[in-house]
Amino acid sequence: MAYVAIADRDHVLHDPETFIRKYIWSQDHKVIAIQYSVTAIAIGLVALGMSVLMRLQLGFPHAFSLIAPNNYYQFITMHGMIMVIYLLTALFLGGFGNYLIPLMCGARDMVFPYMNMLSYWVYLLAVLVLVAGFFIPGGPTGAGWTLYPPQSVLPGTPGSSWGIIFMLVSLGIFIVAFTMGGLNYVTTVLQARCRGMTLMRMPLSVWGIFMATVLGLLAFPALLVGAVMMTLDSLLGTSFFLPAVVSMGQPPTHSGGSPLLFQHLFWFFGHPEVYIVALPAFGIVSDLLSTHARRHIFGYRMMVWAILAIGCLSFVVWAHHMYVSGMNPYFGFFFATTTLIIAVPTAIKVYNWVLTLWRGDIHLTVPMLFAIGFIFTFVNGGLTGLFLGNVTVDVPLSATYFVVAHFHMVMGVSPILVVFGAIYHWYPKITGRMLNDTLGRIHFWLTFLGTYAIYLPMHYLGILGVPRRYYAFGGTEFLPESVQSVNAAITISALFVAAVQLVFLFNLIWSLSKGKPAGGNPWRATTLEWQTPDTPPKHGNWGPKLPVVHRWAYDYSVPGAKEDFIPQNQPPDALTPAGREQEPAS
Amino acid sequence: MSLTVAFVALLAGVVVWGLLARKLTAKPWERSAAPEEIEAGSTAGLPPAKIGLWALLAVVTSLFGLFISAYYMRMEHAHGDWTPLAVPRQLWVNTALLVLSSAAMEWARGGARRAQMDRLRTGLTAGGVLAWAFLAGQLLAWRQLSASGYFVASNPAVAFFYLLTAVHGLHLLGGLFVWGKTVFRMARPGVELVDLRLSVELCTVYWHYLLLVWLVLFAVLLST
Amino acid sequence: MAMAVALLLLVVGTILFHFLSPWWFTPIASNWKMMDDTVNITFVVTGIVFVAVNLFMASAVFLYRHREGQKAQYSPENKKLEWWLTILTSVGVAAMLTPGLFVWAKFVTVPKEASVVEAVGQQWTWSYRFPGRDGVLGTTDAKLITPGNPFGIDPKDPKGADDILVSSQELHLPINKPVKVLLRSKDVNHQFAVAQFRVKMDMVPGMVTYFWLTPTRTGRYDVLCEQLCGLAHFAMRGRVVVDEEKAFQTWLATKPTYAETAARVAGNAEAGRANYAVCSACHGPQAQGNQALNAPKLNSQAGWYLARQLRNFKQGIRGADDRDTYAKQMIPMAATLADDTAINNVIAYIGSLPDERTPATLAGDPERGKSLYTTCAACHGNAGQGVWSTNAPRLAHMSDWYLARQLRNFQQGIRGTHPQDFSGAQMVLMAKILPDERAIDDLLAYVHTLDARAAGPDPLPSRAALERAELPRRGM
Repeated sequence: MAYVAIADRDHVLHDPETFIRKYIWSQDHKVIAIQYSVTAIAIGLVALGMSVLMRLQLGFPHAFSLIAPNNYYQFITMHGMIMVIYLLTALFLGGFGNYLIPLMCGARDMVFPYMNMLSYWVYLLAVLVLVAGFFIPGGPTGAGWTLYPPQSVLPGTPGSSWGIIFMLVSLGIFIVAFTMGGLNYVTTVLQARCRGMTLMRMPLSVWGIFMATVLGLLAFPALLVGAVMMTLDSLLGTSFFLPAVVSMGQPPTHSGGSPLLFQHLFWFFGHPEVYIVALPAFGIVSDLLSTHARRHIFGYRMMVWAILAIGCLSFVVWAHHMYVSGMNPYFGFFFATTTLIIAVPTAIKVYNWVLTLWRGDIHLTVPMLFAIGFIFTFVNGGLTGLFLGNVTVDVPLSATYFVVAHFHMVMGVSPILVVFGAIYHWYPKITGRMLNDTLGRIHFWLTFLGTYAIYLPMHYLGILGVPRRYYAFGGTEFLPESVQSVNAAITISALFVAAVQLVFLFNLIWSLSKGKPAGGNPWRATTLEWQTPDTPPKHGNWGPKLPVVHRWAYDYSVPGAKEDFIPQNQPPDALTPAGREQEPAS
Repeated sequence: MSLTVAFVALLAGVVVWGLLARKLTAKPWERSAAPEEIEAGSTAGLPPAKIGLWALLAVVTSLFGLFISAYYMRMEHAHGDWTPLAVPRQLWVNTALLVLSSAAMEWARGGARRAQMDRLRTGLTAGGVLAWAFLAGQLLAWRQLSASGYFVASNPAVAFFYLLTAVHGLHLLGGLFVWGKTVFRMARPGVELVDLRLSVELCTVYWHYLLLVWLVLFAVLLST
Repeated sequence: MAMAVALLLLVVGTILFHFLSPWWFTPIASNWKMMDDTVNITFVVTGIVFVAVNLFMASAVFLYRHREGQKAQYSPENKKLEWWLTILTSVGVAAMLTPGLFVWAKFVTVPKEASVVEAVGQQWTWSYRFPGRDGVLGTTDAKLITPGNPFGIDPKDPKGADDILVSSQELHLPINKPVKVLLRSKDVNHQFAVAQFRVKMDMVPGMVTYFWLTPTRTGRYDVLCEQLCGLAHFAMRGRVVVDEEKAFQTWLATKPTYAETAARVAGNAEAGRANYAVCSACHGPQAQGNQALNAPKLNSQAGWYLARQLRNFKQGIRGADDRDTYAKQMIPMAATLADDTAINNVIAYIGSLPDERTPATLAGDPERGKSLYTTCAACHGNAGQGVWSTNAPRLAHMSDWYLARQLRNFQQGIRGTHPQDFSGAQMVLMAKILPDERAIDDLLAYVHTLDARAAGPDPLPSRAALERAELPRRGM
């Protein structure tokens, strides 16, 4: 068939000979995925450390004197930016996307392996430029991760002369890296699936990552446009975003610029960015739930359509971040409506996840615990999103701890729980060994309960009116003393959660050599990555012959089948002929 | 912003339509086909590089769409500080150069299709040289502008002019890098048409696309 | 099993927390009770979904936990169920959205009878402007902002002349009268937020934004900035006092109009010489200060700052705390200056005295102090030169022993706790970042190395600098 020829023809596999070619300048998607993941986790740990320092200041103000206000604002900025972009985006797409797309689609590698390698090295450069920001005069920018001008480039904000430039340059480099990776993921999904892998047979992980990549490719340019224009404002004195202002008593040097223009550009990127992180998590968690509940995902088609609908809608909701920004308030009607509409496909996904569990055969493995934990936190965070998306309800809550609690639940804790679940799930494929189960359970329970203890009370502080981005409280009449006690309790929970991540790190390293050998398919899963001839898969993934797919990704507990799972590449004649088409949809 | 939203909506429409055409409503669990019935999973026949290029063009469209959106939004926001630009005459010459460059690339692509190596060589060389000439012309326009006292910070219209032309120029430079690699390969002895065909086709598509972008940018600059 | 129990407990715990939590909306003081209602509606709808989904999940985890021989059921989809769920969700969403949009329609339509007040944000302080008798605010331009015209009012616009300027951070509003609050910023984005009012809006430089409300309860309310505006964002405080109409009018009458402030003349140094005679006994003939008498150096300090302090002494805003014995001494001294003319004259005289650097009296490590100073520099300037727009006095060249005492006073709440001392309140928050005595010594050792002249001359006309602090009262 012509088609197989294409899949194999173009792949002149550059089998690496030397150590450097194999592990450093590697073009193998699996090695690149690990490089991406390790880098992302490393920089994520830096951001975690910053959050600990910030929490110590908020919980026990001035008791440790570890950070001054300028550090605090630099840390909130860097923590946010690193977690959202350099950790979650890079890990889900550069890490999981790279590892899973070719394996789940039955390809030998990404279609442009050289560009894929370049993508990682450019990403690393972006991270290094970001880190370099800590060592320049004035330190990194402290403008908040939203980088709103004018404050981001005016004195009075930490790092407003060079820190912000390093930040913008780093983001620009990241966008280049992401685009190189993203073109690869999209083209690979469209072009390099193995025989039989129709779009509707793809696992939802691939769907989620694919749609997230499309969103990223179209949304990141908005950030790039904003970054370029802000750099020019700062370095060359243009007035794209800077109006005439009297900064630090000095007469105006700019005129006429529009600070809101930047906010529009930023959120035109920033809102899809939420889904760039969420959609891969949606996809991956669907596969975790299905595998460990030994049941097909419920309503697969609805799940795919919901991913597409969420992806499209995510481009028309951005201004719900700007209800109190001073933009024309009439926009509120439109954006509140679109935002609440997006809740419908999202809710459908949640229903289908819990309906997947219903009448399943639930194995409470560590990945499953994380997946269930995700549903709980995501339901919580998603529902509070209905407060903030609805313009009237948002106004009293905006810029308070309610917002902090909401986005940490929905876009911090939820995706991170999926990341953990996914690592426990795929680690055996990546390394050939299982992660330690006991440590995994300790890790899960402390993370899951600890994060809830952090964020649940925060919502209520927000309703009270505790403002976000405050280095210290005091001097206000409406905040009772108890606010400080809650903040102290939150800090203690946060310390537990941060500490237990070290257990996880230890587990990752210890299990590399000491973990129980996993075998090729320890979870008895159907998807293609578990059917590779070798574990970990060798370069080229499939040995001499590409797999051929005969069924969808969710043939678990098929009535009449011998086993409770049928791999996607198992030919139909191996089945018992019981007519499962007649199975009623109850 | 509405411009970009419209673009994304259009793109979403194309994607959804494309996917629907691929039986997005199929019930994948219903029937496991016998191997001989298995349809090809992928967009058979198209080389990956082509799909990659079209995806890249979508990204670049988003980028320019957002720049143009920003241009209009900044213009609307301006309280009298927006002085429309007297577009340098040089730009008309440059536009002509870019049109010719694109035409030459098309000529080369025709050569590649009809297996006429000479035509391919001539077209490709001319296309690239004309593109370089366009870039030189753009630089000249910049110099004319700054000689008449319009620097990047003078006023937002001027700043946008420098910015938009620079971004367009950078994209063309990216194209010329690939063009350079192709010409280098073309110059090797014993080169066959097969080795060049794909590169020439991709370059041509990219050239036409950048011509289109330039015409849109030029129209925007002229109309405001 | 543990998971099902955990989910159940989390749901129950969340509900209990919701109902038992003492942290809830502050008692409302405006007409926007409808906003609270929409929040409550949203809580009901989302609460039902939260409980239903999680209990369903908990029971699934419990009922269908893996046991020997169990097999999952196979039914890939259920169109009917999914449609019903979709419709039900849409109904729930509509139930939340519709009331929200109705309230928002009220928010965007400002009542015709609403009066106007302008709130101006700047790093890191507030000021306010009322339109005066003509009911119209004069036009403004950032390019016109100087210490003498901090609002940037266009002197050529006749509508601006009767604008009433409130240079304090405290705004008074009359009860039960709708008011449209116009918002403006001089430098970066800010947000004018009063928890008890519910409504809030960003202030964006180059734009005028707004919201409207009707205050419904008298009292004092904190104004917070809720849009990150730089290093001292967390210390940017103001106050709204909702008064009965009469009290409001009385308060408003004490505030000057723009025309009155613009007519101010600079102090006369020659005339001030006589007034200074009293001061020189302690502060010295050259105003160089005298540590033995606990009198700080005054020369080269910004005039607007000295003026503000003298007025604060006179009004008992500074020296309010009984422990502040040295400030108490200044209260009768400041009273010898009869009026603003006398104050301006004496400050003009002090300004004419030569600036000599004082010797250091503290032994700190300037290297360590340098990193501590990063925070201070945001307001006081990199060279410690003082910045009028941030209300930050000069630190360089000043008596270090005096600065040390003030820092301790701020830390212990001896200074800066009077309700009208807004700048002092900021310093109370800021001084806390110095953990111990040594940090104070180190910091001031660094400050001692600074040369205020390194910052260059004052960028804006300094004539007006004298008049900046507190504007004279009408009728005085």
